[in-house]
Amino acid sequence: MFKEYKYPREAYGKTLRQLGRERKDIVVVDADLSSSTKTKFFADEFPDRFFNMGVAEQNMVGVAAGLATTGKTVFASSFAMFIVGRGYDQIRQSIAYPKLNVKIVATHAGITVGGDGASHQIIEDIALMCALPNMSVFVPADNVETEKIIRSIADYRGPAYVRLGRSKVPTIYDQSYEFQQGKASVLREGDDITIIALGIMVSEALIASEELEKKGISARVINMSTVKPIDREAIIKAAKETGAIITAEEHNTIMGMGSLVASIVAENYPVYVYKCGIPDVFGESGDYRELMEKYGLTSKNIIKAAENIIRKR
Amino acid sequence: MKENFVRSREERTKKLEEIALKIRRHIIREIYEAGSGHPGGSLSATEIITALYFYIMRHNPHNPKWEDRDRFVLSKGHSCPALYAALAESGYFDVKELLTLRKLGSRLQGHPSIKTPGIDICTGSLGQGLSIAVGMALGARIDRKLYRVFVLMGDGELQCGEVWEAAMAAANYRLDNITAIVDRNRLQIDGNTEKIMSLEPLSFKFKAFGWHVTEINGHNFNEIIDAIENGFKIKGKPKVVIAHTVKGKGVSFMEGSVAFHGKPPNDEQFKIAMKELGVENV
Ligand SMILES: Cc1ncc(C[n+]2csc(CCOP(=O)(O)OP(=O)(O)O)c2C)c(N)n1
Repeated sequence: MFKEYKYPREAYGKTLRQLGRERKDIVVVDADLSSSTKTKFFADEFPDRFFNMGVAEQNMVGVAAGLATTGKTVFASSFAMFIVGRGYDQIRQSIAYPKLNVKIVATHAGITVGGDGASHQIIEDIALMCALPNMSVFVPADNVETEKIIRSIADYRGPAYVRLGRSKVPTIYDQSYEFQQGKASVLREGDDITIIALGIMVSEALIASEELEKKGISARVINMSTVKPIDREAIIKAAKETGAIITAEEHNTIMGMGSLVASIVAENYPVYVYKCGIPDVFGESGDYRELMEKYGLTSKNIIKAAENIIRKR
Repeated sequence: MKENFVRSREERTKKLEEIALKIRRHIIREIYEAGSGHPGGSLSATEIITALYFYIMRHNPHNPKWEDRDRFVLSKGHSCPALYAALAESGYFDVKELLTLRKLGSRLQGHPSIKTPGIDICTGSLGQGLSIAVGMALGARIDRKLYRVFVLMGDGELQCGEVWEAAMAAANYRLDNITAIVDRNRLQIDGNTEKIMSLEPLSFKFKAFGWHVTEINGHNFNEIIDAIENGFKIKGKPKVVIAHTVKGKGVSFMEGSVAFHGKPPNDEQFKIAMKELGVENV
């Protein structure tokens, strides 16, 4: 079904380097993980605008905030676990609250980190970042959308959080895709049910909808890459037109995108919402595909949920 | 385990070197089989961990929760292949289990977790181990226990602010039951520690924080053991041993290599590494 698999974090590094060539105000900070987060692409070309803060994420976030007060557009990167986990208070007090122009681009989020295990597998970052006033939250589905999102957030002043994974993901979009903040992208029309997905789960949702089609179930697939501000209209429309929603994300089912969707549906047009995600447990070491199977993050889980919903109608 | 070989320092060194060699072989095999993991910092810490588990620490592999056991915190959690090997060789579990490292369902997670017998705390997010050690040492004080607390940190890890918050607390509470060891291999992920975020003058920093400091060659058993045991005699202060080491020690192409911080050997490299460690047929 998919032709190409690519690393979104590589698209991030390259876009950052390109932005660096175009704009003098772009400054990047990292915390001893530049070869993994791919900020190294930028660092190698613009050593004067790159600061490696060492294994010191809290300081890195604070420094990013300070740089932003001087008019810079600052990108701060590390593994999601460390920049969000360790740097949370600094992100809250020094970036979100003063509404500074810092873009937190975090890689290696979720359980698909694989072998490193639960200590490195953040499953709560969407919750933490969405709950911060002033913070926008994005989860690109592939390398193309990563590039578009990075360019888009570089163009506005204010805080943003972008969540990327470690693994390669299938390329879904072509270059003609136009990303718009706060606007969900409908990848497939359908009227029996809607699957709203994020990140690596978008490709799983597409596979699921194809399989469901064969079974006579027409599933709409929406990529909710802007988690905040979330596209309320697309959600309410889906509830009205398809009567049930399945959300799919590589995040704790508590307080992830699914919870946001469910609360909007409950307030506006109550229909059944099933949340496909990590069932409030820590992950573990393993191959990332095996982990996706074990923790219920595959097209199969989506298909099963859809069939159950349709059967009950 | 001490009684087994205290006859002479030479004999002690010989025995410990034999164990360290076994541990190095395990490290390479574990990481090769797992297909991921951190050989560099595991190999640099091998003698330190060997000296602790096979000479210095009072522990009981048959009773991992023995309440008077000395505590060990591997704050630089990514070096757990070395710790797992030491635990297996001590008898906490079968050495065969080492090959399950990082596999789905294994008790040996990619970073230390309490699923493994003999491990008291989850680590892997750097910079937290010394705080844990302070808590353990305070617990010993409350309970009037004589156990000692050892914590192994990376030098890159010392860039984490929490380390210095804990360092302040350990001195403030005069926790002389803590011995911290720094694996001073001078490399982190993105390069040399002094180029990324300079730590020197490191011993002065610890001294200024109220610690007793010893600097040694971290691959020399006599130096490791003397530094730690002499430290026990010093009262009223926490002790730190800055152990100068070589990242990747023991495998020629991993020595001093940033690339092998967190990368497994490929098939060819695995064979060469094992050969260098005295295993011809792998
Ligand atoms: C809080 C935190 N930030 C980042 C990382 C990722 N990381 C793992 S090892 C490492 C470098 C550690 O260097 P050092 O402490 O010198 O370890 P060693 O060279 O002994 O392996 C980093 C940045 C982490 N595990 N935890």
